[in-house]
Amino acid sequence: MPINILMPALSPTMEKGNIAKWLKKEGDKVKAGDILAEIETDKATMEYEAIDEGVIAKILVPEGTADVAVNAPIAVLAAEGEDVKTAVAGAAAAKQVAPSPPAGASKPAAAPQPSPPPPYPPPLAGEGREGVPTPASPVAPAPAANGRGRIFASPLARRLAKAAGLDVARIAGTGPHGRIIAHDVEAAKSGGAALRAPLPSPAAPGIAPVQAPSDDKIRALFEPGSYDVVPHDNIRKIIAQRLVLAKQTIPHFYLTISCTIDKLLSAREDINVTAPKGPDGKPTWKLSVNDFVIKALALALIKVPEANVTWTETGMLKHKHADIGIAVAIPGGLITPVVRKAETKSLIAISAEMKDYAARARARKLKPEEYQGGSSAISNLGMYGIEEFAAVINPPHATILAIGAGIERAVVRDGKIAVATQMKVTLSSDHRAVDGALGAELMGAFRIYIESPTAMLV
Amino acid sequence: MAESFDIIIIGSGPGGYVTAIRAAQLGFKTAIVERAYLGGVCLNWGCIPTKALLRSAEIFHYMQHAKDYGLAAEKVSYDPAAVVKRSRGVSKRLNDGVGFLMKKNKVSVIWGEAAIDSPGKVTVKPAKSEAAKNSDAPKGALAPGAYEAKHVIIATGARPRVLPGLEPDQKLVWTYFEAMVPERVPKSLLVIGSGAIGIEFASFYRTLGAEVTVVEVLPQILPVEDAEIAGLARKAFEKQGIKIFTGAKVTRLDRQADSVTATIDDGKGGTQTLAVDRVISAVGVTGNVENLGLERLGVEIDRAAIVVDGYGRTNVPGIYAIGDVAGPPLLAHKAEHEGVICVEAIKGLKRHPMDKLKIPGCTYCAPQIASVGLTEAAAKEKKLDIRVGRFPFIGNGKAIALGEDQGLVKVIFDKASGQLVGAHMIGAEVTELIQGYVVAMNLETTEEELMHTVFPHPTLSEMMGEAVLDAYGRVLNM
Repeated sequence: MPINILMPALSPTMEKGNIAKWLKKEGDKVKAGDILAEIETDKATMEYEAIDEGVIAKILVPEGTADVAVNAPIAVLAAEGEDVKTAVAGAAAAKQVAPSPPAGASKPAAAPQPSPPPPYPPPLAGEGREGVPTPASPVAPAPAANGRGRIFASPLARRLAKAAGLDVARIAGTGPHGRIIAHDVEAAKSGGAALRAPLPSPAAPGIAPVQAPSDDKIRALFEPGSYDVVPHDNIRKIIAQRLVLAKQTIPHFYLTISCTIDKLLSAREDINVTAPKGPDGKPTWKLSVNDFVIKALALALIKVPEANVTWTETGMLKHKHADIGIAVAIPGGLITPVVRKAETKSLIAISAEMKDYAARARARKLKPEEYQGGSSAISNLGMYGIEEFAAVINPPHATILAIGAGIERAVVRDGKIAVATQMKVTLSSDHRAVDGALGAELMGAFRIYIESPTAMLV
Repeated sequence: MAESFDIIIIGSGPGGYVTAIRAAQLGFKTAIVERAYLGGVCLNWGCIPTKALLRSAEIFHYMQHAKDYGLAAEKVSYDPAAVVKRSRGVSKRLNDGVGFLMKKNKVSVIWGEAAIDSPGKVTVKPAKSEAAKNSDAPKGALAPGAYEAKHVIIATGARPRVLPGLEPDQKLVWTYFEAMVPERVPKSLLVIGSGAIGIEFASFYRTLGAEVTVVEVLPQILPVEDAEIAGLARKAFEKQGIKIFTGAKVTRLDRQADSVTATIDDGKGGTQTLAVDRVISAVGVTGNVENLGLERLGVEIDRAAIVVDGYGRTNVPGIYAIGDVAGPPLLAHKAEHEGVICVEAIKGLKRHPMDKLKIPGCTYCAPQIASVGLTEAAAKEKKLDIRVGRFPFIGNGKAIALGEDQGLVKVIFDKASGQLVGAHMIGAEVTELIQGYVVAMNLETTEEELMHTVFPHPTLSEMMGEAVLDAYGRVLNM
């Protein structure tokens, strides 16, 4: 009798895994204890040992296949002396649950597709007793071994959730002692109202956040006493909420360019020496590279108005001015005061405004109207020597520009190697509002202003 | 000043008294108003005394068939008065039991007939009904008068429905009240209506030797049951000698001194007359919605049932209804559970409304019938893609040993989810078996858990496992 080899659950919570490598090929004899394949989970790669003897009649899921559901048949084992062809035919039904071929490079980071509900009747050739170390139920993930963080859900609820592609852990239970019952799954399917821990954000109603593992589950990963628990202050909670919201609801993409800023640096020096001295003998102002970046981005947004927008479900908000948020690090977090109508302000005005914002931000004395709104933002880690990075969009912005350090590099200019100070900037865009070509246009405009600061004068 | 309660419940049937106990458990100061019998119809004139009668009939039947078991019982007979006396004794015992439970739970009993003057205000008057005259107030009961309560729960139940021309007269045309206390077993009996009440009396009287005819207006007997089960029941009854007309109507009853001539329209254009000693009218029940002041208060009523939401709330705040008076299914256990949900919701506990598809129904005729959830026809009507499993009693060792090899267990699963959506049984002791499936449904198991449930051998319950296996092509003993 042919035996289906099923995708094993290598940990109690594992629901899917990747077939990293087959160590046996079709026609190979296997005996109990032989390593059949390497299975990759998000945590580790593990060896999958054979439990039964036989001949590999058919490999159903080729190596390199990602997101194979636990208990999906991955190969067929024929018993000694059994006709291999018959064995494969016997397991034909199993193919229906075999997952799709390896995910192509065209959809990186694509969300794993919910696996189809298992067909009925499930009793195929290889039920659990015939050999694979699987939990009794093909659908219900086994509870965590330590009993903590266990999800109480009815079998029907689990199955309905699975069929609907919902993570049962995300559903708020209304049954006895919070048990998740079929009713809750139906509610989650229809309204999302019953989904647990929705973010209190009006920006994305109806879009459900993915439920992170429970605190208990996370703490269980560490030796008790090996850490301290620092309660979150409000700013930390808000940062967490907003960034989770941003990453869950905004389809980000990233564009990076290198800008040559030698002209900007020399212009900055030229301008700064003209600053009048105050009574203490120090200059009354001093422009930073960041002030130039703010102005350049503001002008670029005005020049490419299609990118100066905010996404809403009902329509695009096309902004008439460039209000630019600037990420300011403060103890325990960060905040993003907004320079309003930055395109209309002089570099000195922008510089003065930023100085005031930064001081008051550190004192946590900004008013809500000073850090709310805006259509784009700047996050600058250049002063820390970061060469390049990608920032998370801060809604309602459609873009954010991540500024790296200005670094002297050897560049090829007119066929000769020359030295140039280059700054890498990466634009994160909300693809709902700003498409790739539009983002590139915005970056092109930004490059003109930042590489030739005199262009900001016209 | 009127004595004030948190909750006053009107009616002490199974719905009312269970609601009162639960309310008291939750810390509410609770009173229950009753006009005639603690325990209501159920344990005085319904469920319980009929089970006592049917038990007598069952034992009589066994004694008549003692030979089948290698036993001898000669000159087997019965004494109708003694059978009835036993039945009344059983009711009395339980009636006293309810009084004890009220006392134990510190529920005040108010004796009389209640009407709601306005939300929160209840006036209880001395009861005037015939039944009330025959029963005394239990010791310690509060007297009629004005009472107050934040919440008033109506649990007044239902009474036999009366159809024009078929009016019961207590002598020749009975309702279940008279049918329960016969002075003698009629030689011939016409039962109008083949719901649980009609069929149970038909079965009882047939077992005691009466010539029984059942007339049902709908195309099948036991109209709420699965058609396949009802079909098997019909065959079994006909084999016992009960005559059954379906799709037929009793159009006329001519009452003589000690007999009745019934005119039956057989639904196929023909009519026939049938002379019988007695008639039992079991054409359904109707809610006791009158004389409660509901019209004055504007409480919404639809076809003699108070309209409520899933928590027993009427359209008037502070007024609730549970049980038969709040609509079908008209079952004691439904009333009890509705009451529990109602007071728990008043307490603020988060409860789901009752899922009426998880309320079992039992008919205690021979053979017994039990069911829960959707019938096969209802599942198809809902466009469910279903899997049906069956297992006959003839394949079960215990059934054969009992000498009860006729019957069927039938299960209906939703194919996509594996949810058990219905279970239907006919045969010995199935009324005690059905609960296994009800628990399974309530816990939302799928076929998988049921298949991995170990059923003890040798029991009738093994058929429940086998029927599930059969639905998935894995039946073992057939």
